[in-house]
Amino acid sequence: MSAIGPAAFPPPPPGFPAAPGGQPGAAMPPGYLDVSRTAQTPFWRLVGVELRKAVDTVASFWLVMSVAILVVIVDGFVLLATLIQSLSVSFDDFSAVAAGVTSLILPVLGIMLVTSEWSQRTAMVTFALEPRRIRVVWAKLVVGLLLTVIAVLFALVVGLGCTLICEIFNGENTSWNLQLDAMLGFLLSQMLAMLGGFALATLLLNTPAAIVLFFVYRYMVPLVLFVVAGLWRAFEDISPYLNFVEAQGPLAELSMNGEEFAQLLVSGAIWLVLPLVLGIARILRAEVK
Amino acid sequence: MIVVEHLTRRYGGFAAVDDVSFVCQPGRVTGFLGPNGAGKTTTMRIMVGLTPASHGTVTIGGHRYADIPNPGRHVGVLLDASAQHGGRTGKEILTLGARAMGLPDARVDQMLALVSLNSEEANRRLRNYSLGMKQRLGIAHALLGDPQVLILDEPANGLDPAGIRWMRTLLKGYADRGGTVLLSSHLLNEVELIADEMILIGRGKIVAQGDKASLLAAHGGNRAATTTVDSLDNDALVAALTASGLMIAPPAHGPGLTVQASSADVGRVAAEHQIVLTHLSGVQGGLEDIFLELTAATQREVPAGVGAPGYPPPGYPPPPPGHVPPQAPPPGAFPPPPAPNGGVRR
Repeated sequence: MSAIGPAAFPPPPPGFPAAPGGQPGAAMPPGYLDVSRTAQTPFWRLVGVELRKAVDTVASFWLVMSVAILVVIVDGFVLLATLIQSLSVSFDDFSAVAAGVTSLILPVLGIMLVTSEWSQRTAMVTFALEPRRIRVVWAKLVVGLLLTVIAVLFALVVGLGCTLICEIFNGENTSWNLQLDAMLGFLLSQMLAMLGGFALATLLLNTPAAIVLFFVYRYMVPLVLFVVAGLWRAFEDISPYLNFVEAQGPLAELSMNGEEFAQLLVSGAIWLVLPLVLGIARILRAEVK
Repeated sequence: MIVVEHLTRRYGGFAAVDDVSFVCQPGRVTGFLGPNGAGKTTTMRIMVGLTPASHGTVTIGGHRYADIPNPGRHVGVLLDASAQHGGRTGKEILTLGARAMGLPDARVDQMLALVSLNSEEANRRLRNYSLGMKQRLGIAHALLGDPQVLILDEPANGLDPAGIRWMRTLLKGYADRGGTVLLSSHLLNEVELIADEMILIGRGKIVAQGDKASLLAAHGGNRAATTTVDSLDNDALVAALTASGLMIAPPAHGPGLTVQASSADVGRVAAEHQIVLTHLSGVQGGLEDIFLELTAATQREVPAGVGAPGYPPPGYPPPPPGHVPPQAPPPGAFPPPPAPNGGVRR
């Protein structure tokens, strides 16, 4: 901690981009910053930084790892039960069980991507380095989708492995039933789950509130809609257009008719697009403290 | 160069920043000085686009901050050294900054060395950092992109005296290379040590600006100069000074005399009477008096009236018998207001 003189300013290391401001040229008015040679931060670099931020602390790393660990555990249970009791099983069953786990954790992951900037106050640094805040939001969204794809691929690989083990030890009761539609449906429903958490997080910018609201929306809202529909007959026709969770049901098989697709769009607009639009507007205007 | 023009930020009916205009020149360290809650932080946050302004503009090197591409390469910002993820190591925080700006990782080690954080400290998590270490890390982060402008909010807060001296050398060196530095503080002696120019702000308004000499000239003119002096024959000196009509204040502390006159006047009297001086200096409290006076309206510690500018006037007669002395001392009679290291910010 000794005193350091001006000479201590090190020359930039090898690979350091050329001084963007350059020397104050004769043509430049004094104090003017020449930014013409500085490139805007490329979007992929923002994604890379946000991806690193998503896994670079103990807590965030194990949140991501918990997806993998829980998938292995629940698939392992199914595998054991199948083998011990010689039940019939197909590849789909492993995906379905894994989806139950990932649909709980991926939304929390989506929430944390957004809210940790506020709870840890790093948003001040993030938005000072990229004042075009919308680019940071899109970068975080891409990171959430990337992590979802990785989680789904991992779950599919574990499912394949488990099915293979069943095939070896319990071949007569095992069916592969590999369908691309089902896998895509699995991926899409997980992405929507993650985006649901992400959207509510942008709206609330607060981890506990976003998590509570997410689970209210996921478990309480369908229940309330069901009760209201029971009391008020006319509501029965409207309810499916409000119930985003139920509207995602046919997605699992990618087998939906026109009306189901309309229900998915309308309920998705209410529960996903609306909070995301309001939330992004809030982030763009918010005073970052 | 930072140009602030008629900047105003209102919260409801309250103006946190009220029609503020000033310029920070390249090659100079500009100190932004004011009591807690005077609007320093709000002004700096508006500069980098974290808080929208109600009125007015800020340009940095001729650009709005939001229009500068990859702004970390041009403007180094430290607004709050604690506003980092407590679970990240110092090195990781700098690595994230370097990646975002597109710099090689070797730059991280360079900056760690520049702010004297060793490898053990760099690999410690931020929540285990002292405030002084956080400040050093924050300065390293601000300097990562080799920027031409530095905006630092309370960077000396939490630094020990050696750390403040280190920062002064660092920032002077930076300014000597042509950089523009704006740093804020609520402590006069920090800014006085580091800054070439000073901008005094109180209640959201600029109350004075300029370098130290011009501030003293502009605002210290109505105040009698004070000099401390010591000589081989103080009794003769007292007699000579009194004979010359100079007022001698009661000894403050330590040896010597305090005279309400400029050091030139005191020296002249001593020379005329051939008294050998062993010490002669103008009292440094002048700037502090100006600071407290100009920001008196926001000094809630001082009861109204007592801390008002010019109280008590020079040569104020002793109070009559039975007079109840005022509860608070006149500005300048006390050591600076308590300013423990790590003083809590708003």
